Amino acid sequence: MDKLHRDLVDLLSKDARQSTEDLARMTDSTAEEVEEAIDELEEDGVLLGYQAVVDWTEVTDDHVEAYVEVNVALDRETDYTDVSERIQSYPEVQRLTLVSGNYDFGLVIQGDSMNEVSRFVSDKIAVIPEITQTVTHFVMETYKDRGVEFGDGDDDERLSVSP
Amino acid sequence: MKPSDRVDRVPPSGIRRFFELAEEADDVISLGVGEPDFSAPWAAREAGITSLEQGRTSYTANRGRRELRERIQRKLREYDLEYSADDEIIVTTGVSEALDVGIRALVNPGDTVAVPDPSYVSYRPTVEFADAEPLAVPTSMDDEFRLSYETLQEAGAEDADALVMCYPNNPTGAIMPEDDLREVAEFARDHDVTVLSDEVYADLTYDGDHTSIASLEGMRERTVVFNGFSKAYAMTGMRLGYAAAPPEVVSAMNRVHQYTMLSAPTTAQYMAIEALDSCNADVEEMRREFDRRRNFVLARLEEIGLDCFTAKGAFYVFPESPWEDDGEFAEALLEEEGVAVVPGNVFGESGEGHLRMSYATGMEDLKEAMDRLDSFV
Repeated sequence: MDKLHRDLVDLLSKDARQSTEDLARMTDSTAEEVEEAIDELEEDGVLLGYQAVVDWTEVTDDHVEAYVEVNVALDRETDYTDVSERIQSYPEVQRLTLVSGNYDFGLVIQGDSMNEVSRFVSDKIAVIPEITQTVTHFVMETYKDRGVEFGDGDDDERLSVSP
Repeated sequence: MKPSDRVDRVPPSGIRRFFELAEEADDVISLGVGEPDFSAPWAAREAGITSLEQGRTSYTANRGRRELRERIQRKLREYDLEYSADDEIIVTTGVSEALDVGIRALVNPGDTVAVPDPSYVSYRPTVEFADAEPLAVPTSMDDEFRLSYETLQEAGAEDADALVMCYPNNPTGAIMPEDDLREVAEFARDHDVTVLSDEVYADLTYDGDHTSIASLEGMRERTVVFNGFSKAYAMTGMRLGYAAAPPEVVSAMNRVHQYTMLSAPTTAQYMAIEALDSCNADVEEMRREFDRRRNFVLARLEEIGLDCFTAKGAFYVFPESPWEDDGEFAEALLEEEGVAVVPGNVFGESGEGHLRMSYATGMEDLKEAMDRLDSFV
């Protein structure tokens, strides 16, 4: 990947709302070059989407997030991809990863209530034949998400003018 | 009581006035800040906290903790410099103290010390407090504020006993590539000038690596290298710097240092040890962020129509002031648009007609400041 493409991935992964003009200024290139590079990154499946980091506690009291650990038993006809395909299509599933360690899949589930999330796990996930066990952890407080710290942040205490 | 003549003849810093104006105004975006907007890397802060928990609050050796000097020895190798942790490195309370001590250790009363103009506001007063005479060496935007054999000669620096210089440069953002440094080195050798090289911005260069003048042939024996943790490691308030020089120079500096400072702050030394051990990635991340902002600011200044050379170091740009009187413009910009910049004249006569803008400010504020500047010009 060339420098411009790489820089754009870095910049957009931190802040995807910057204008094409500003991205061009920051990378010492033209707006056309930036536009073209972003198109390529999208077409090549590097940039898959652009989302906001939201502090849901400021939006509603009815937002619940849970981590779900999932264990599976595979056989000759069924591999991890087969199982993942049956899980990932649910809109409640925000994130699905295969991980090393004590369990196989790690899920992030979002819903409007603990009851809803619990029911989703028991009715939709746990019933998949290959799945042998699920462990659900409800998120109680979020301090940092995708590199963004929650809370008011610190004031700039520097002197306004210094040598 | 009456202040001494020594203090009396040194005027207060011109920056002070701007600081007061900026503090009074509301909703100010400041491009006048000479320090990073990042905090020190967390690993370094954690090391400082741990050292306090362990009760490490006593003095250290005059020259600084041995482990720190060993890491500085290793760090200096990145610039092709070899100094012994035993007797060629001294840890100080910021580069400011190192420079003060260095000048007092090497310069006699009445000696002449060449100082590029414009330059960081402390150099001239530090020379004057040592009862020596500063000699301005004018530099200009046409030469991208670099020194050359010719500029030194024209300023009469062949009679100077020492030269204090800082590249990458505050206030201009200029750097001295190796070819240009060779000219200064030749001048120093030809005229037996000691070089005090403040390289505190060495890790903040954006177009190739930093070259230290001490790494050039015949320069190690006539150079004192100054560096520190304030800028690249975002540790300004921790006040920690160091100097590297041949043993007799460090020994002389230590004589002044041991009686005036005793030792540099202990907590800061523990932070610096950790910074040199594990914070390279943090420094590189900050450098890349500064580079993007630099590109952004240079592009905006060009769009706005302010003449500016391509600054390649530190976190400053030094464009021409749209008005002839940079002080008046800076004051009006602050009053009308709430954007603080530092007028070039406070850094010396050759800074007149320029503005120092620091991009050590978050991207959102930089964008807003440039928009305000655009609508004002």
